[in-house]
Amino acid sequence: MKKKYFINANIIDPYNSLNETGGLIIDENGKIEGVGKKVNTNNIPSREKVIDLKGKHIFPGLVDMRVFVGEPGFEYKENFRTLSEAALSGGVTSVVTMPNTNPVIDNVSIVDFLRRRGRDKSKINIFPTAALTINTEGENMTEFGLLQGKGIIGFTDGIKTIQNPRIMNRIMNSASDLNSLIIQHAEDAELSKDGMINDGIIATKLGLQGIPVSAELLILERDLTLLEYNNCRYHISQISSASSIEIIRERKSKVNFSCGVSINNLSLNENDIGDFKTFLKLSPPLRTEDDRNALVQGLVDETIDVIVSDHKPEDEENKRLTFAQAETGASGIETLLPLSLELYHNGSVKLETIIKALTSSPAKILKINKGNLSIGNDADFCIVDINKPWVVRKEKLISKSKNTPIEDKKLQGKVMNTFVNGEELFKAE
Amino acid sequence: MAIKSKKAIKISQKHLLGIQDLSVNDVNIILNEASKFIELNKSKNKKLDILKGKTQINLFFEPSTRTQSSFELAGKRLGADVMSMNITNSAIKKGETLIDTAMTLNAMHPDIIVIRHQDSGACNLLSQKVNCAVLNAGDGRREHPTQALLDALTIINRRKKIEGLKIAICGDILHSRVARSNIYLLNMLGAEVNIVAPTNLMPNEIERFGVNIFSDMKKGVKDCDIVMMLRLQNERMTSSFLSSNREYYEYYGLTPDKIKFAKEDALIMHPGPMNRGIEIDTNLADDINKSVIKEQVELGVAVRMACLKIFCE
Repeated sequence: MKKKYFINANIIDPYNSLNETGGLIIDENGKIEGVGKKVNTNNIPSREKVIDLKGKHIFPGLVDMRVFVGEPGFEYKENFRTLSEAALSGGVTSVVTMPNTNPVIDNVSIVDFLRRRGRDKSKINIFPTAALTINTEGENMTEFGLLQGKGIIGFTDGIKTIQNPRIMNRIMNSASDLNSLIIQHAEDAELSKDGMINDGIIATKLGLQGIPVSAELLILERDLTLLEYNNCRYHISQISSASSIEIIRERKSKVNFSCGVSINNLSLNENDIGDFKTFLKLSPPLRTEDDRNALVQGLVDETIDVIVSDHKPEDEENKRLTFAQAETGASGIETLLPLSLELYHNGSVKLETIIKALTSSPAKILKINKGNLSIGNDADFCIVDINKPWVVRKEKLISKSKNTPIEDKKLQGKVMNTFVNGEELFKAE
Repeated sequence: MAIKSKKAIKISQKHLLGIQDLSVNDVNIILNEASKFIELNKSKNKKLDILKGKTQINLFFEPSTRTQSSFELAGKRLGADVMSMNITNSAIKKGETLIDTAMTLNAMHPDIIVIRHQDSGACNLLSQKVNCAVLNAGDGRREHPTQALLDALTIINRRKKIEGLKIAICGDILHSRVARSNIYLLNMLGAEVNIVAPTNLMPNEIERFGVNIFSDMKKGVKDCDIVMMLRLQNERMTSSFLSSNREYYEYYGLTPDKIKFAKEDALIMHPGPMNRGIEIDTNLADDINKSVIKEQVELGVAVRMACLKIFCE
């Protein structure tokens, strides 16, 4: 590999508190050799080819903590190859995959398969999670220790919540012993039973069973109380309401844990469901505009640590149904960054805060050396024109499934190039 | 009849999916048209040829006696060829999706499809995929527009107008499409609407529809001109929405002592089928001075004839 030189970029690397105009040097091994304002034409040998980015931004490659891939079992929705192509076009270079596959990722032998497929077919860094309980049934714990040994990054039942407090308590104890990361999807199954959207005026109007905010609060309060007694590495996958923010803000002063939010809940509200748009059937559900504003505020004051895409590819067959029958979830890895930039363009959140929630914060929770531009690290990064306008078109999406919740939305900010290990793997048309 | 049609004579919608989509003018067009059929339905020769040569498909995914027969009769009286699909024997039971069923039926060039489905929004989905008009005969908990229209016609028939009336809708509001359609329509026509239900059967934020909510039935029906009862589905008991039929009857059943709180000449309505002794006292249901339940059924045919005629055009 030849050395690469970039100059005149706006570099934001929250991990190294870097926010300045400068350059980036990638060495022959695809590692970062130099970064920042000291990299300029004055100290680059004149024989070298230099790429002038003319004020475009360089961000560390994004780390997306909540991604569903269809392998194994649902390859028709998304496979590792299509996932990595989609991710790269959105500047995402590392993903945490959910275990809700068929079969479920809950034992050592299936992890071997996953690692091989991920390695052979994927161009990005795959960090697989395994289920917390066998077959995500919420009963019997999986082998956290052995699975970690095989490269499992954390444990979650993905779309499901551990409902039984006794089991949750024991999971936390084990996780504490083994230093395992627990990721909880916070939703009480009884309160949310048959629920489809936020329990409010829209649910009443559309005649759909609602999911009350209390379904989320109950699990948050329960888990954070248990956590006071068994402090383990605990992460709340996504929250959706203003009341959740209050609980988390208060509890963070007592115990250590982290918390995520889906870009969908930061950008959309229940009114967007309109006339039964099944692509907006999400979990947690979209809630009110007040809730959305509170989540944005939670991001600003860092009550919320990470933003995830909650990328859940579903084919047309599973979405062209009545709302009750349609699958839950939306495709989103390609639009994660541009949609997040909307929060910067409309003045709600500082650019640095957004990038932190997409890079160094998730990396810190996962304890991986990704999401930064430190000297000597793998050169995973993206070049972004944060002002470039474009329109989300379903047919232009790269992911195998086209269930975007923001079809035809105008966005500002586009990923121009994405690099993994110093190699350019995506270039915008 | 005191239904005035001042403005346009053409309906603004292609489909009848819900009262929410209609304007006051649309409603007046339908009610006006329906009132013309009331006499016809009482006469000896009930057959017209307004829809001669038109094909009407009734697609009922949920069991229904009165709505299905009412739509069938309405279509036949207007001269349409009416086909009722029996879902239990159809491809849907074999796993065909609603959209595929819609495509199949569409290929047969119907002029109108009447659909009832257990899922809210099913008629909206169907309407996006077919070329003909779609009439909603009830979708999940969302809307049952022809029921609300026939209720309005019944009220107008007795009280000449709806504006200024105080109307209580009582019972299982949460699961009721009839309640939702009636709230929209009665509000639109200027009535004051009271909603009476135990909190477990009251939808969240329903007050934002512009209604008064009550969990005490006596307060809810106080001084009302109309008391509209809803059917309580038996399965609600097993899932702890309520404790028992007898307690429900005690607190939310329409009994002689509760109707006393309404106006002296208050009318009693019920969309059927009734659970006598659960949501309504059996003698009250049959009281010819108060109950207009049979009239609702009768005018239902007229309203559906009007809808078929208007939306087929």
